Amino acid sequence: MIIYILCFVLFLVGLYGVVSKRNLIKIIIGIAIMEYSINLFLIMIGYIEGGTAPIITKGFENAKFVDPLPQAMILTSIVIGLATTALLLAVAIRLYQKYGTFDINKIKDLKG
Amino acid sequence: MELYLIIILVLMILGSIYSLNASDLLSAVISYGIVGFGLVIAFLLLQAPDLAIVQVVVEVATLIIMIATIKNTQRNIPKMELKPKIAVYYAITLIMALVFVLIFDRATGCLNQFGADTMRMAQPYIDGAADTKSANLVTGVVFDFRAYDTLGEATVLFTAVIGVLTILRIKGKKEEKK
Repeated sequence: MIIYILCFVLFLVGLYGVVSKRNLIKIIIGIAIMEYSINLFLIMIGYIEGGTAPIITKGFENAKFVDPLPQAMILTSIVIGLATTALLLAVAIRLYQKYGTFDINKIKDLKG
Repeated sequence: MELYLIIILVLMILGSIYSLNASDLLSAVISYGIVGFGLVIAFLLLQAPDLAIVQVVVEVATLIIMIATIKNTQRNIPKMELKPKIAVYYAITLIMALVFVLIFDRATGCLNQFGADTMRMAQPYIDGAADTKSANLVTGVVFDFRAYDTLGEATVLFTAVIGVLTILRIKGKKEEKK
């Protein structure tokens, strides 16, 4: 089970970045790291010892495959992760243009 | 196999810690690349080649967007007067991390051991793979059994692109009035 716990430690590192860093870019990096660790964890659950990639080729019709379902779901999740990261960075650029800093302590008047 | 994964995961954790503590945003983004490309190798080891390909593309795109952002704004992180760091903070952080790990260990205790998945959910998809005429089971699931999910994904992507364009447009309503 140590491999699951290492994956969770990666999640905790991302959480530490989101909670304790003041720079907006660092916070975005923290969010992306959390997302990556979740993706990796779900793929690890679907792994089968000695399994091959779930692609049917000649001579491998009845081979032992790894679980294709989490892979299909994570394929969706990775692409959506790119979209959310791009949106966050766009908001960060706009905030920088308005306030001239990435420091969230100095960006205080977020109302309106 | 498991040993390789552990080595890559440790590398990813070190890269992410350095990335979050770097004093220069460009080096932070580059060491964030360690995490993404380590994930690619982990996907290849876990027999998920489709995911590895997608992850390479996504990681390169993310790095390009981040570096473009930093180039157009500010690279260095200005030093600020830091509050005195008390040992209590470190202790609280460590205790919270330990509690989280313990809860995670309890929560995942009911799962299968690593490498011993039973494919309880995936068996119908594999049995029906012949109907989709797709050699790749993953694309069979994404584009055939769960095509509506993929449509939703395309909608989310489209919405995000519209959002980025809306946020970053140069001409606003105020300027048009003048």
